[in-house]
This record gives sequence, C-alpha cells and structure tokens, in this order.
Amino acid sequence: MDNLIKLHDIHKTYHLGEIDLPVLKGISLEIERGEMVALMGASGSGKSTLMNILGCLDHPTSGEYWLEGRDISGFGARERARLRNRILGFVFQNFNLLPRTSALENVLMPLSYTKEGLTEHQKKERASAMLEKVGLSGRIDHHPSQLSGGEQQRVAIARSLINRPQVLFADEPTGNLDSRTSEEILEMFQGLNGTEGITIILVTHDPGVARHATRIIRIKDGLIDGAA
Amino acid sequence: MRMIGTLKTASGALRRNVMRTLLTTLGIVIGVGAVITMMEIGNGASLAIQRTLTAIGANTLVIIPGAQFVGGINYGIGSMTTLTPNDADAIAKGCPAIASVAPIVRARTQVVYGNKNWVPTYIYGSTPSFLQVRDWVDMDEGESFTEHDVRNASKVCVVGKTIVRELFAGQSPIGKEIRVRNVAFKVIGVLQQKGANMMGQDQDDILLAPWTTIKYRVVATTLSGGNQSTTNTSNTTEVNSLTMTYPNISTSLYPTQSTNEAADLPQPIRFANVDQILTAARGPEWIQTAIDQITDVIRENHHLRPTAPNDFTVRDMTEITKAMSSTTDLITRLLLYVAMISLMVGGVGIMNIMLVSVTERTREIGLRMAVGAEPNDILRQFLTEAIVLCLAGGIMGIIAGRGASMIVSKVLHWPTAPSIGAVVAAVVVSASVGVIFGFYPAWKGSRLDPIDALRYE
Repeated sequence: MDNLIKLHDIHKTYHLGEIDLPVLKGISLEIERGEMVALMGASGSGKSTLMNILGCLDHPTSGEYWLEGRDISGFGARERARLRNRILGFVFQNFNLLPRTSALENVLMPLSYTKEGLTEHQKKERASAMLEKVGLSGRIDHHPSQLSGGEQQRVAIARSLINRPQVLFADEPTGNLDSRTSEEILEMFQGLNGTEGITIILVTHDPGVARHATRIIRIKDGLIDGAA
Repeated sequence: MRMIGTLKTASGALRRNVMRTLLTTLGIVIGVGAVITMMEIGNGASLAIQRTLTAIGANTLVIIPGAQFVGGINYGIGSMTTLTPNDADAIAKGCPAIASVAPIVRARTQVVYGNKNWVPTYIYGSTPSFLQVRDWVDMDEGESFTEHDVRNASKVCVVGKTIVRELFAGQSPIGKEIRVRNVAFKVIGVLQQKGANMMGQDQDDILLAPWTTIKYRVVATTLSGGNQSTTNTSNTTEVNSLTMTYPNISTSLYPTQSTNEAADLPQPIRFANVDQILTAARGPEWIQTAIDQITDVIRENHHLRPTAPNDFTVRDMTEITKAMSSTTDLITRLLLYVAMISLMVGGVGIMNIMLVSVTERTREIGLRMAVGAEPNDILRQFLTEAIVLCLAGGIMGIIAGRGASMIVSKVLHWPTAPSIGAVVAAVVVSASVGVIFGFYPAWKGSRLDPIDALRYE
C-alpha cells in the first residue's frame, strides 16, 4: 500500500511584524492509507499548524507535501478548497454546526460546493444515509440547539463523511464532551477506520484519546519528538 | 441548479434573523416605495399639465393659405384661396400623426336676438371635429351640431358663454333663434367656459356653426383677405330687399378670382375655400411628424411641382410646447434625484447590515471554506443575500408605493398615473443597489483566512 500522505521537511514560519516565528522546523512523516494516527503535543507545540497544513487549510513556507501521490505544496486557494471538499473531512472541537439549521441541511451543506451532478433527491438520500450511519436517523429535522453535545458531534461527523473523504481530520473531537460520550465518538472513529478504511488523523493533547489510535506522533517545539 | 442552491442558502440565512432582515429591508422598501409614489404622482401631475396645455392648444397646428403676390402687391398671409375642405379630408385620411381636423370659415358680423345685438369675436364655420381639436367636447348645455348638419348647411349653431350673457342675459338659449346677418340660426348648444387665450382674447365670445352654413348662407366670400382694398364690393354687403328675403341668393359657390389671380394661378378653381384648417396632433411628440405629413399631403393635393413653394403655411404653438416639455423634463429630473438619494440611504443600510452579518458569521464562513467553499462561493453567497434582500425590499416597495399613490389619489384627489417604467426601474435599481452595496461586505467575507475564521470567537 502506497503512502497516502507524505511530508518532506515541512517548515512553517509566521511573520509577526519584524519578528519571524518559526512554528514547524522541518517535519517529515508518512501516513499510510487506513491508518488511525494521533497527533499529540502540548499547546504551542505546532500540532495545530501541522494539522492545518495536512488539512490543506494552510500552505507550508517550505517543504513538500504529497497527497495521494501528488505534490500539492504549490496549490492555490481554489485548488486546496477543491481538495478539502473531495478528499478531506473535518470534525472540530466545537462542532461548528450552522445554528437554526436542521441536522439534514447541516450534513447537506458541503455538497453545495461539490461540482458533482447530483439531484436534490440524491443529495438528500445520501445525507440521511450518513445520519443513519451515525445513529441519528430520528433527529433529521432537529436543530443543533435541540441536540446534545454528542449528537451534535455525530452530525458533524456525518457532515464530514458526506463527500466520502479519504482522510478525516478530527481536531480535539472530544474536547467539549463528557467521558462517556467521548468514548462513543472515539468508538465511532475506530469503526469508520476499521470498516470503511478511512484514514483518521486525531489531533489531541489527551493521552486517553490518543490511546484509540494505531500510531501516535508527538510534536514538540515544531519537530517530531518520536513515533510510537 | 447551482443558482437555486445559492438562492436557498441565502434565503435560509435571511430567515434565521427575520426581524433584522425586515428592518434592513425597510430602508429599501421606503426608498423604492417613495420612488414609485413620487413617479406616479409626478406622472399624474405631468399628465394633468399636459392635458391643461392641450386644452390651451399645445397640440394644435394651424394651416393657413399662403400670401397672394400680384403685380408687386403682397396681399398678406391667408390671401390665397387655395385651401379647401377637401384638403381637410385629405389630412384626416393621409396623416396618421393627426388626431382630428377641422376646416374653418370665419365671419365677423352682427348677431341679433330680440332687441339685443352683439358682434362676436369669433364666428366660426367648421365641422363637429372643431371641438375635438380645441379640446372642447363637453358641452355646458345642449349638444353640438353633426356632420349631417354640415352636409345640409343646417341653420343651427353653438354659442359660447359670452354670447349667452350678452344676448340672452344669462338665460338658457337652447332652442332660441338668433339672426346672423338676417339668417336665423337655432341655438342647439352652449360651450363650456374657456376664458381668454394667451393673447387676452375672449374665447367664449364665439358662435360656431357648420362651415357650409356660414360659407354659403352668411359670408359667401372669404374673410381672410387682410387687405380690404381687394374686397369685391359688389358682393353681399349691398343693401337689397331681395337679399333680405333670400340671403343666399347671391352666394357664389366658387370663390371669385380676379383676372390677375386666374392668370397667375393656373390651378383648377376649387369648389370652396376655407380660411384655415385647424388640426390637432396626437401628442406633443408628434408635432414635427404631423407638420411634415400635412405638408406632403397638401402639396400632393394642390398638385404643386417639386420646385414650387408651398401655397400654405403650417403653424405650431412652439411657445406652449416648449413650456410643456421643459415642465415635464423638470419633474422627471427632480424625481430621479429624489429616487437616487432615498435608494442610496437604503443601500447604505444594506451595506451596514451585510458587514455585521459577515463579521457575525465569520465562523460559518470558515466552516464553509473548510468543507470546500472557494472564495468565489462565499462572495456569491453574500452577494446573493444582499440582492435577495434588496429585491424583496423592491417588491414590497412597489406594493407600498402603489398603495400610497392610490391612497393619495383617493384621499387628496391628486392626479396619479401608474408607471410601468417606474416599476421596472425600481426592480433594476434595487437589484443594482444590492450588487453595489453588497459587494464590499461579500468581498470582505471571501478574503477571510479559513483558519482565522474557524477560530473566530
């Protein structure tokens, strides 16, 4: 199996006025298809910056990023937007659901940016299938404010899966949840990883969460500390 | 497909805060509503002004025979005897720019009723369409004479208010007989009061009868000759007991021509000539066309060679038409400025709220970008929201404006006229206000960095 993600000597430097602030100082790593990786590190270690680069939300200052065998480090904003839409999925700590919008429409939202000729009906069918997969088939018309934290996160997961991504990024997905719901969500990730073969990258500072991953990558001061 | 999606997203976002959406739209509603109301009141006003000026005679074109020039003596305008009722018929048929045509035969003589007598300013022989040309159709009393009366040279007449006052001491003259140069005319109608014209002449001092009657029974000659020295004295002015009894016994159906006239004007002599032809153009904008058409028709009718000068003159009321067009221009321009200002205010309101909306929904923008929205998608979304907002405001404004102008015309009795142009302009302008004032906030939203936007609190 080839490498789904390959980073070579990635640097990221922020310019704050006169001062250059290096955040990533040469990161090289490889992630294979079907892995479940946890990115760990203290706050300020650069793990969020790394995730942003991996998630195509940001571009590195220097270095090479190969995704599905293509070098995408030189991609512009539009091309990266397209990659995020088709290949990558995101789950956030604070769920980021649209308020006053039903669960179904929240899940449907990424499809409106997909240049794929799906009819309205097909889209809805796919979205309700996704909600069913995360166990929310009874909550299709509920608004986020009517859902519990765990349910909201599941809607967010359904939304991230709607375009059948290759890689799912989860940024502290259990940070706002109690331990029992966290466990459910993490089991769901494991299930997706095991049955669907989706590559999952968990960003966390919680060793309890990282335990669910097959591999842990520790970041410290912009460098990889050691892989386990 | 994509457009529908964007529209749905936009309307969904607007529905999320109904109160604010409504208040924002209010600016546009008031703006567009004001524009529509103003336009309709303005339209009504300029129509009313137009109608008034038409009554004065703004659309009137007068055709006068040309000047006779014989042996070094110019007999002045109107001295030719070449204009005929036939020309009037030809104009009615051949000039689409003309609404109505009336030939006129003039007389100036004494009018007698009982023991009173009076010389009216105008004794006009014409056709019923004279009243249409002069915009004088509604009678105060009785009715006008008919085409039938014209054909029969019936001795009927319609009189103006001044004559009623002078001869009948204000009493109803309907059915009474008045004598015009010893011809008894039955009064069948009284014209509505029109007052003095712009030159100060009393327009109500008028006696109107079929032109055939005036021509053959009363004057029997043309009165247009300004030069009295050419008047053939051997005509009807002679005191003769026979003419008293049979006033039209000496009527010659053919205009008498001098030998010089006959020699200089190698044209078939016409059956009857008239002093002038009065026509009304369809509207102020038709006047020039009407003049050209009349010239062509009469030249054709008079068999004039291409090189020959016109033997007639067409006059328009330039002064009045100028006043008319400058008035309506002024009103239109004034309304345009009012429209601009009120829509501008509404547009600034839209811009303000869209900026707030972009800031408020920074996280949403970040999320949309994270799941694959391109900057252009964000731009389109917010722009669509602004346009939907403005268009909705525009439509509500049209309804409000129509309502307001209806109330104005019902309650205040101001003249209003619905204006399709204003409605179209309102829709177009409110959409463009949406684009212009929505663009900056939308552009600002689309330039956001997804990472910063996602972290925005």
